[in-house]
Amino acid sequence: MICQECNQRPAALHFTKIINGEKTEVNLCEKCAQEKGEMFMINGGSGFTFNNLLAGLLNIDPTVQKQNQNTFHQEEVLQCNKCSMTFPQFIKVGRFGCAHCYETFKEQLPPVLRRLHSGNWSHSGKIPKRIGGSIHLKKQVENLKNELKELIQQEEFEKAAKIRDEIRTLEKELPSSSKGGE
Amino acid sequence: MSLERFINQAVSSWMSEEGPDSDIVLSSRIRLARNFENYKFPTLFSHEEAQSIILKMEEILRESNFTKFGQMELLKIDDIQPLQKRVLVEKHLISPNLAEDSPYGAVLLTENEEVSIMINEEDHIRIQCLFPGLQLTEALEAANEVDDWLESHIHFGFDEKHGYLTSCPTNVGTGLRASVMMHLPGLMLTQQINRIIPAINQLGLVVRGIYGEGSEALGNIFQISNQITLGKSEEDICRDLKGVVSQLISQERSAREALRKTSNIQLEDRVFRSYGVLSNCRIIETKEAAKCLSDVRLGIDMGYIDHLPKNILNELMILTQPGFLQQYAGGHLRANERDIRRAALIRERIKMESDKR
Ligand SMILES: [Zn+2]
Ligand SMILES: [Zn+2]
Repeated sequence: MICQECNQRPAALHFTKIINGEKTEVNLCEKCAQEKGEMFMINGGSGFTFNNLLAGLLNIDPTVQKQNQNTFHQEEVLQCNKCSMTFPQFIKVGRFGCAHCYETFKEQLPPVLRRLHSGNWSHSGKIPKRIGGSIHLKKQVENLKNELKELIQQEEFEKAAKIRDEIRTLEKELPSSSKGGE
Repeated sequence: MSLERFINQAVSSWMSEEGPDSDIVLSSRIRLARNFENYKFPTLFSHEEAQSIILKMEEILRESNFTKFGQMELLKIDDIQPLQKRVLVEKHLISPNLAEDSPYGAVLLTENEEVSIMINEEDHIRIQCLFPGLQLTEALEAANEVDDWLESHIHFGFDEKHGYLTSCPTNVGTGLRASVMMHLPGLMLTQQINRIIPAINQLGLVVRGIYGEGSEALGNIFQISNQITLGKSEEDICRDLKGVVSQLISQERSAREALRKTSNIQLEDRVFRSYGVLSNCRIIETKEAAKCLSDVRLGIDMGYIDHLPKNILNELMILTQPGFLQQYAGGHLRANERDIRRAALIRERIKMESDKR
């Protein structure tokens, strides 16, 4: 295969680029790749071979593959009703079509997310202010409970008692429905 | 245009100012990915959705006066000349993707270029803050303020379980990518880097040279960033990265000291040979320029060379990229012409400093 940039040297690097859902094969010789690389290097190289990588990564995941097949065996393929993205499509492209896809594929996502985020599949960072106080409080209580567990393990009972009181105060502020079972 | 004036106009604050630990850390960058609720992501969105996102951003800019980081200006990618786009990429202000493949893309820039907001790239919004030296916490704080400002006008896609919803599942949760650019010639020369990179990768961080993991880094510059965006708070992500970076800094410093002890004259020779190349070359390729600039920068840090400013490496690494070379030349250049121009620009720049003495 000849390099598509200079049409002279044999192509040494092959990868797939996905733009607006459309797949393009890119084949470059080392020299041209290096020239392009200058641009990618300074921007951290993200988005370059990444699509490809992700699709590969997800496809070799046995759990995903299994679910993938299951979906095929079902009468209907799981599909987002807001953007029409199907789960097999998502695996292939490595991108969601819209925010609603997360809801549509929520049963399928944990193994995918765990694989990408070292076992994590649930958010514990910033929460937009408009979402309101109760999630903030709930998260805060969750964090404190974890801290409490650790302190008890380390036999730091004085500190633990303080945290426990803090949790009680916070829980009083929570609406009763979102306290969660314990 | 004189070189001095050209440089003054071209150089953003992260390149010219010195930050903490700037003998080793060139820059710190925070990026937050956000998306409008109820709009398709850029991979699938319609022309109309793309336009309305830009319109909304223009409206926010008109109606709210958020000037904490200076006046902001919105540029539509379609209205920017190709060469100018390339320069924005080389300055790290927009991504190559936005420049090449986003007809509905736009960017919001502050005057000093510390903050840039990419619109309609892989996500609808990508807030980016770029600071000199090791300033991750400061950059995160700034990015959060920009985020809060936008959040008071836009409903971002968010759910309790997955956090901020992004186009790519590798960004979901915090949407945060924190990266630090480091100059690590000591660890390269002492061949410790090959041992260190796999260890860093195991911590859930990514190290990139020019061609990605493990391969040769152009000019001994490495970028280290977080890979995980889910299940950790923004502060934890930055703290973990900062911890690793601090370790790398001290290992790089001891490598440099070890080199001074065991092979001072060889090191000095290497530095001054590279200095000789840079101040006399007539044709130079990116790769050789990067290598020599790295040597000279090391020479400045180690006190062998005292008449050149520290930031000369950052500055020339950027200014000798194709976009800048062509902007300085005032027109299109072929690859071999660029090698000649690159040599001339580096020579002139070094002479400019020598004349100042
Ligand atoms: Zn080629
Ligand atoms: Zn969808």
